[in-house]
Amino acid sequence: MFEVIFLQFLNGLDKGAAYALIALGLTLVFGTLGVVNFAHGALFMLGAFCAVTVRMFLTMETVTIDPEKLSPWGAPLEVREPLVQAWLGDFGAVLVNYSVPLSILITIPIMLLVGIGLERGIIKHFYKRTHAEQILVTFGLAIVAQEVIKSVFGPNPIPQPMPTDLRGAADIGAWLGMQANVITYPVWRLIYFLFAGVVIGGVFAFLQFTTFGMVVRAGMADRETVGLLGINIDRRFTIMFGLAAVVAGMAGVMYTPLLPPNYHLGMDFLVLSFVVVVVGGMGSLPGAVAAGFLLGILQSFASMNQVKAIFPGIDQIIIYLVAVIILLVRPRGLMGRRGVMEA
Amino acid sequence: MEKSNVVLHVADVHKRFGGLHALADIDLQVEEGKTHAIIGPNGAGKSTLLNVIIGKLAPTSGQVVFDGTVLTGRKPYQINQLGIARVFQTPEIFADLSVLHNVMIPALAKRDGMFTLNMLRSLDSETGIRAEAEHMLEDVGMTNRREMLAGSLSRGDKRRMELAMCLIQHPRLLLLDEPTAGMSRHDTNTTIELLKKIKSRGMTKVIIEHDMHVVFSLADKISVLAQGRIIADGSPDEVRGNPKVQEAYLGGAH
Amino acid sequence: MTTFMSRNDLFLFLGFTIVVLAMPIWLAPFGAGYPDLLQRFMIFGIFAVGFNILFGLTGYLSFGHAAFFGVGSYAAVWSFKLLTLDAIPAMIFAVLISGLFALIIGFLCLRRSGIYFSILTLAFAQMSYNLAYSVLTPITNGETGLQLTLADPRVLDAAVGQTFVGQPVPTLLGQQLGGYAGFYFCAGFLILAFFIAQRIAGSPFGMMLKAIKSNQTRMQFTGFNTRPYALSAFVISGMYAGLAGALLAVTDPLAGAERMQWTASGEVVLMTILGGVGTLVGPVIGAWIIKYFENILSALNDNILARFWSFLPEGVADVVVKITSKFVGDGWHLTLGLAFVIVVIFLPGGIMEGVRRIAAAFRRSGSSSAKPSARTQPAE
Repeated sequence: MFEVIFLQFLNGLDKGAAYALIALGLTLVFGTLGVVNFAHGALFMLGAFCAVTVRMFLTMETVTIDPEKLSPWGAPLEVREPLVQAWLGDFGAVLVNYSVPLSILITIPIMLLVGIGLERGIIKHFYKRTHAEQILVTFGLAIVAQEVIKSVFGPNPIPQPMPTDLRGAADIGAWLGMQANVITYPVWRLIYFLFAGVVIGGVFAFLQFTTFGMVVRAGMADRETVGLLGINIDRRFTIMFGLAAVVAGMAGVMYTPLLPPNYHLGMDFLVLSFVVVVVGGMGSLPGAVAAGFLLGILQSFASMNQVKAIFPGIDQIIIYLVAVIILLVRPRGLMGRRGVMEA
Repeated sequence: MEKSNVVLHVADVHKRFGGLHALADIDLQVEEGKTHAIIGPNGAGKSTLLNVIIGKLAPTSGQVVFDGTVLTGRKPYQINQLGIARVFQTPEIFADLSVLHNVMIPALAKRDGMFTLNMLRSLDSETGIRAEAEHMLEDVGMTNRREMLAGSLSRGDKRRMELAMCLIQHPRLLLLDEPTAGMSRHDTNTTIELLKKIKSRGMTKVIIEHDMHVVFSLADKISVLAQGRIIADGSPDEVRGNPKVQEAYLGGAH
Repeated sequence: MTTFMSRNDLFLFLGFTIVVLAMPIWLAPFGAGYPDLLQRFMIFGIFAVGFNILFGLTGYLSFGHAAFFGVGSYAAVWSFKLLTLDAIPAMIFAVLISGLFALIIGFLCLRRSGIYFSILTLAFAQMSYNLAYSVLTPITNGETGLQLTLADPRVLDAAVGQTFVGQPVPTLLGQQLGGYAGFYFCAGFLILAFFIAQRIAGSPFGMMLKAIKSNQTRMQFTGFNTRPYALSAFVISGMYAGLAGALLAVTDPLAGAERMQWTASGEVVLMTILGGVGTLVGPVIGAWIIKYFENILSALNDNILARFWSFLPEGVADVVVKITSKFVGDGWHLTLGLAFVIVVIFLPGGIMEGVRRIAAAFRRSGSSSAKPSARTQPAE
């Protein structure tokens, strides 16, 4: 029984990590800019499609027809040669193999630009408008983003292979001195979890130990006072929006091997991550992270057959149910500050 | 002081915000039909006291009794239904509705606010209420602005309209939070005249004010609040001569 | 006593009625004068009018109204299956059930406001949707959708000895509700729905709802227990959604769970905003425009586009076809999304505000030589 529970716990971790990463960005944007960003899921999706694009370029091939050789059907043999391999030899093959983690390097500047452009172009005009209007405009942007992706990449999911060395499962049970082959966990999921930990830690460290972060934290607590100190908060907040976009984008890139991305990936995660943010407490960064993992793990437990036997359909609604209960009983969420958005 | 005359009794009220003792041991008795002014330097806790009376804040300890009914623990709308109306420091109005509607709504609230499945009535009939609102606007001299959006009024007009919104409910107790702040001398005098007119109708008023001219033209009784405590209490003349008050005002100036 | 209806209101109502009833005529030149599309115009018009009673008047933005729409559809189909194929009992049944559903959900959701309210409604709608697909399959028939079969009991029809041959279809007093009969059936409900909404907006009740949107704080210190008023608006708009869902089941007796998905909730938000939130006709116009362009644009393909752009030089035409094709057919949602973003940014009052601005501009240029307008203009 312990093994089963431990396994479900592990299974919840990677999904929880994705929730936590998205919710982290949502909270950063809400806490600093005061904007309810319904387009945040779309940023996650855009990140995922950065990975798709990188792989598309890496796997571009030249097709030459070799008249000397014949295929088994008797036609001239088509020789397909990946361009990277032609140019870079074996190193090219390595690049293709590691396309997903490599995409992160490209994704960071792209998402930073997307985020800053979005904030300067549209979002900044909505600071003074109601939350309802913010929801509406970002909801519209999310639709546009998803439709653009659909028209470029088509409606079907595009699977992204993980690097060959990182396939297979890790025998976590054996590592912990338990029986071998009882608790095994796919390596990539473990990597995703660790990756999320590094990113989350990085964001927190950035906010904690840099002057930039200190100003932003002060701004989250009391925007007016910081403004009075003569600090240009707005420019920092623009960068925070870019940072949130980068975090969402990286989360999206690394998630592609676990779930082939399609155009409505963003919307699927958006609803859930809003729930996560609310459960954690609007505006609380630790709350967002904790709630992300908590809900991921809860969802994993709810999908156990033993649980489903008692509460049929619970796996379908568990996240929403938790959100409803939290909102009704403790509207500021698990770790939210008193008075933030409470009503 | 005869007990039967006291309509509002703030009894031993304390209010703490974290470490800050915003109100300490406040005991205040307001007599029926009188105008009771609360003065004091900035940050003395005047607005906090009003917020406690009206149910916006819950006191840390103590209670507020209005005409034999304990207000503490009741919701703001219930407190209003008992006959207490309030003018805010920054006007709380319905900015995107017309002036006439702004004044009609409190009258509707008095009739239908508690919502006892009276949908059909409130769906249709506004008998008398429109006329009453028009009459009220005449009283405050705003008839010519009745179709304007409330949000586009001048600051002084917003205050006057908010006063009309309170008066149309014929409250037994009217709370005024700096009703003339930011008004020109002329507007201030008009407002004083208006408030005097109400006084003759026998309405009890609690008024917070900085402007001593306003205070001494209206108040029957004055309480002086400093650092969350009442330091003096009495008729305008008594308070004027009280050395502690002078000290609080001069000492609190830094 | 107040008069039953002001003259302006009466003109608006009569004008609306005429426009709706004459739709088969005046929409024919636009290629929309066929019953199938017209029925959808009516149905989503009702949905949007009802949504506006909540969002437009009280300011509560619900992201879960499709749940009530779906519940209305299921309830109507069950009425067809169990009771009778007559549409009237189905309508009543659907409106009552969705109203009850809205009462429960609204009671819980309205304990919060602002974004928390939006997320609560969204959570409830997603739960309904997920359950309709999974555990509630006996009621909803899951992915296949709930449909009519010959074997349905239909106790009331059976009691009067009515039998059917072939695929059962909903009727009104024995008359089949296909084609234009279906359109006029729906149109009658839209006109009724509009009338009620107009009455609500003009009543003291409507005034109070607008006051809730304008300043909740003042409402409370004015002695209003706002929650039951907001709940009434929520239930009414839930019943409108249920009515619309039931009408969709009348014209096409197959209820599927996808009608409850949050994208469907988003659609009614789009309609209301696009047309003009808080106005009476705006949401209806928004619904018509979205359904019209959905119909027109999603039917376009590259061949039609190529013919349309054929007047351009060869190379240019190809490029233009390539670009425009991204915005039509399956890509029509992209057009919708862009249009929506543009409206929210530049025209928050929607099409109705655009109309007002244009009218004001005309009036100004027309009357500048004549006497200045008598109305008091607020200073900018």
